Amino acid sequence: MEVFASPKPEESQEEDKQEKQEEGGAREGWQPGEVAPPSSSQDPEPEVADSLKEERESAPEPLSRDGTPPQSPGSGERASGAPSADAAVSPAPSEPSSEGPQLRPGPQGLTSPITPEQDSHAISVAGEPHPSCSEQVPYEREATLHLTGSEESSSYLSQQPQHLPQDLNQNINPPEEQADADSFHHDESNSNSDLNQLELGLTQKGAPEPAAPSKLEIAAQNAKAYLLKKSSKSGLNLYDHFCEILTRILDQRPENVVDIIENISQDVKKAHFNKKLDTLQDEHEVPLAYELAEKQKALFLQGNLEGDQEQEDEIAETPFPNIMESAFYFEQAGVGLSTDETYRIFLALKQLTDTQPIHTCRFWGKILGLEMNYIVAEVEFREGEDEEEIEEEDNIEESEADEDEEDELPKSSYKSPQVIPKEENRTGANKYTYFVCNEPGRPWVRLPSVTPAQIVIARNIKKYFTGRLDAPIMSYPPFPGNESNYLRAQIARISAGTHISPLGFYHFGEEGEEEEEVEGGQDNYEKNPDFEGIQVTELVESLSNWVHHVQHILPQGRCNWFNPIQKNEVGEEEEEEEEVEDEEVEEKREESDNIEQETGPPLLTPISEDLEIQNIPPWTAQLSSNLIPQYAIAFLRSNLWLGAYVFSDGKKFENLYIGWGHKYSPDNYTPPLPPLVQPEYPRRIEIMEMDDPTVDEEQAFQVAQEKALFESEKIEETEEEDDDDEDEDD
Amino acid sequence: MDSESLLLSLELASGSGQGLSPDRRASLLTSLLLVKRDYRYERVLFWGRILGLVADYYIAQGLGEDQLGERKSLYSLNCMEWSLLPPATEEMAAQTAVVKGRFMGDPSHEYEHIEMQRMTEGDRTYEDEVVIQIKEESRLVSVIDQIDKAVAIIPRGALFKTPFGPVHVNRTFEGLTLADSKKLSSYFHFVEPVELKNKSLLEKADLDPSLDFMDSLEHDIPKGSWSIQMERGNALVVLRSLLWPGLTFYHAPRTKNHGYIYVGTGEKNIDLPFML
Repeated sequence: MEVFASPKPEESQEEDKQEKQEEGGAREGWQPGEVAPPSSSQDPEPEVADSLKEERESAPEPLSRDGTPPQSPGSGERASGAPSADAAVSPAPSEPSSEGPQLRPGPQGLTSPITPEQDSHAISVAGEPHPSCSEQVPYEREATLHLTGSEESSSYLSQQPQHLPQDLNQNINPPEEQADADSFHHDESNSNSDLNQLELGLTQKGAPEPAAPSKLEIAAQNAKAYLLKKSSKSGLNLYDHFCEILTRILDQRPENVVDIIENISQDVKKAHFNKKLDTLQDEHEVPLAYELAEKQKALFLQGNLEGDQEQEDEIAETPFPNIMESAFYFEQAGVGLSTDETYRIFLALKQLTDTQPIHTCRFWGKILGLEMNYIVAEVEFREGEDEEEIEEEDNIEESEADEDEEDELPKSSYKSPQVIPKEENRTGANKYTYFVCNEPGRPWVRLPSVTPAQIVIARNIKKYFTGRLDAPIMSYPPFPGNESNYLRAQIARISAGTHISPLGFYHFGEEGEEEEEVEGGQDNYEKNPDFEGIQVTELVESLSNWVHHVQHILPQGRCNWFNPIQKNEVGEEEEEEEEVEDEEVEEKREESDNIEQETGPPLLTPISEDLEIQNIPPWTAQLSSNLIPQYAIAFLRSNLWLGAYVFSDGKKFENLYIGWGHKYSPDNYTPPLPPLVQPEYPRRIEIMEMDDPTVDEEQAFQVAQEKALFESEKIEETEEEDDDDEDEDD
Repeated sequence: MDSESLLLSLELASGSGQGLSPDRRASLLTSLLLVKRDYRYERVLFWGRILGLVADYYIAQGLGEDQLGERKSLYSLNCMEWSLLPPATEEMAAQTAVVKGRFMGDPSHEYEHIEMQRMTEGDRTYEDEVVIQIKEESRLVSVIDQIDKAVAIIPRGALFKTPFGPVHVNRTFEGLTLADSKKLSSYFHFVEPVELKNKSLLEKADLDPSLDFMDSLEHDIPKGSWSIQMERGNALVVLRSLLWPGLTFYHAPRTKNHGYIYVGTGEKNIDLPFML
């Protein structure tokens, strides 16, 4: 198309004249009756030129002039469709059909009544698109490129060379194209047929006009004008929209564009709306990400800073294990976090051990929460360096004291069950201290030590963690403390239930036995230097090769039993309700004065003695790989605490928990029922309501009374008699 | 998650602690390719893993041209040999609903369920205990179906509906914006809509028929059955279902990466109302 379109504007003027003459001659030759039109059409030529100038000044826009865009295409075409322009440039007849001449007279017949005034006016109208046409050449080309059908263009191209010799064709040409144009602007031409007829006539007269642009050009231009029409709703126009789409497609060059064109179109439109919002949205969101990145950057830098001076010391005694190594083993078993996250946790643990006087440190696991997750580190402080804990205790005691004072006013007669004291640090459930953070890089927060009451209540409730340590726990029975306490209680329970090691890895230290014997259950164990490892296959096949190395928590909420009677001699015998421990032991205590001591399985009990959960074995043991069993590791999954895992390669082992922090139960959770309502006053016989007596009863009663009366009278009489007798005696 | 981007997907979904061991990963990459060829699926999804007491089921799903069309589930115990599961029926769901507890990991295992049935013999009616045998395979089928219906999700715009009906993957999907990715309304259930038909015209006014043709998570019951978290400093959004614990959905905002994986016991969390 461009091939023929480009020379058009420049040549048109000159060629027009030549064509005109030829045209005129041809017409005269063919239709002698129509001599007038060509001659008359030559007259207005100067006018046309003038009008062109005027048009340029007054109405640069082709359409705006008469305000009827649909109309102008019609007139423009006919004007341009005039043989002169066409012959020179483009729409050479597609087919030199014989119908042409026959069709032609029709329109011409209609034109005859047109007066010269109309003529000149019409010509100015007809000529009007021309200037704009020449001004907008580049657009024109583009438009024609997109709009005209490919077949049309090819036919034009092929026939173009022939058009000069075939003068005849030009006669055929206009009607042909008129039909074309009609179909193009179908509705317009139909809607105002009167105008059309007028214009048809004009066409003939305007035909020889020198400046008339090609028909195609104007058609394209009008089409473009139509496309440029703005939507009254969105203010967009199709033309720009197409441009954007094409630009985008050509920039991105997606495969099979045609299939996704709808989406591209939609996206382009969407982009208009997004722009405004973007600044607002991003401004708000990004700081969070940056903030975290900034914090994590510190993790990576801390190593560099201290690296040189302290490296030797650190290598000598590292308080934290190689997490990456255990992560590797856990990955063999198909659990664990991503390498990236593990490494960050690794760094975070290092940061923790650098800032705290920590003796040993371990990555305990991750507890999922609703809003954030907890990364839990299990640490043991160096001897005598955990003063913080004592302060906390004081605080707790104070707060308890406050509560007592508040309670004074109403003066309840209710005596609370004896508070079981919590276990000392480094013993029982408080053997380790736990630090949590929401994400590596964020500050580590120390969890308060756990009290027996918290463990007891935690067994009765099932709540999701939110990820905020200070979140209240809304539950029944009411939980003493906030989420940090609940988290600590669950950690204690999970540790007690799922921390296991291969048999023989630990053994009881000799000192430990002596110290702890009194409390029942040894608390201390130490690494067995003689441990030689257990075959992986044996670890998988027999659960008795695994032992618990964390003390079992008694129903009381402590690991070492505390006898509440010891101190409170006689007074407080109110039994706290018996918590039935469904894990490994089910203790029954008599509700008598002598409380039976609660005992749990001793430390280092094989897990094969764990109780089943309604016929579900508590552990599932697997080899990490059946494909290469030689190098596989043993891997255990707890079915009681979903998310608790242990691996061992025979010599090493590690425990990990990643989950929601809830115990598994095949039954649904039933919250405990509230206790019975206390009686307001003692129920005795005098306040009991009596049934009304029936008639029979009343009558019987009456009879009985009468009888009694009668008898009493009788007695009186006898007494009287006696008296008489006495009297007589007297 | 798409089997083709399995490794990346597993990495993104690893925040819940559930992954695959290297040998499982490698065998999945190999075998799912063959599954795709043999069953002539357009797309194969690695659906997840149901933890059994003895062994685990690995589940994959095959999709045809129409993304919302019939989904065929396959299971495997060793990630290599896949067997096609029969389609789920309502009868099956009703029958297996009585089974409690964990999966065993043996498809031919039969659960015994004792049911009281009223028998009529002549004039007298009496109740009798009937032992119903339920195969684990049918339980597996119905659990997968239930999970799919309840919690299989995709981000808005990842699929689009063509005017003729079929649903295709939207190739121009470029991820949700950061703000959108924090809203439940930007995620859809990856099943035929149920609630959408009941919506009023007013509610439907703003919906784009080519994109909003599925139910959004916004009105899921019970409310709060999803946990939305941003991980890696807003670079990843993770949705975890609390109703079916074990289902993790991940999406990296502004990228195409999204998917879900189920690694769990195949039990519904019926305690949810107490736990929120």
